[in-house]
Amino acid sequence: MGSTFDAVASIINEVCNIDRAKIHLESHAIDDLGIDSLDFLDIAFAIDKRFGIKMPIELWMQEINEGRASVGDYFVLSHLCRRIDELVAAKAA
Amino acid sequence: MRLDTFQLIDHVEELLPAEGLIRCRATVPHSAGIFAGHFPGHPLMPGVLLAEAMAQTSGQLLLALNDFTRMVLLAEIRSAKFRRMVLPGTVLSVTGRLVHDGSGYAVTEGAITVDGQAVAESELRFRTLPFPSEETRAAMRDYARSVRR
Repeated sequence: MGSTFDAVASIINEVCNIDRAKIHLESHAIDDLGIDSLDFLDIAFAIDKRFGIKMPIELWMQEINEGRASVGDYFVLSHLCRRIDELVAAKAA
Repeated sequence: MRLDTFQLIDHVEELLPAEGLIRCRATVPHSAGIFAGHFPGHPLMPGVLLAEAMAQTSGQLLLALNDFTRMVLLAEIRSAKFRRMVLPGTVLSVTGRLVHDGSGYAVTEGAITVDGQAVAESELRFRTLPFPSEETRAAMRDYARSVRR
């Protein structure tokens, strides 16, 4: 989780020019960091490329829109990093 | 190339979805209203339309890959270079290469050559969304069929 968070924080810092010191595990990508959908597209590409995965963003958004998950379930960085770790583990399995 | 309807691709010359590649032909018209202003007495194809030609070419590739299940919208021109001036009547070879097929988005590289000489390159990012209507989907599919013939 720690190294995943470091990588994700660096990506957010580079893509959105957000001060690295303001990016925390419990930061909400939208509410706290103000990341919009276009910037998140760039972040998603950088994460997919960095970890060799395909984050199922469409599925996540569907779950949020249908009330089966909250935005925070995917866009609080600790949760996002856990999902990334799960995807990396599933790919390696 | 039909500037009035913003359909810049004339023909899909090569489409290799499994390899993530497409090559299209697009001929700049000899006359068009835009040349009155761009530029008076010195007509040149605007760079922004060259970028659009690369985007439409990649769009055809992405539509082929998703079998017209999702609409493809240009979201970002990450980078673009225009190396040569393009005159009316020029026949462009426009290529697209899939870099990454993400969830709800895609990244491609586009390029334009004329007689084998590099004219333009770009890195493009697209959103993919459900079609707003069956009519739009059918019209996009009909257009794709017309340029593949």
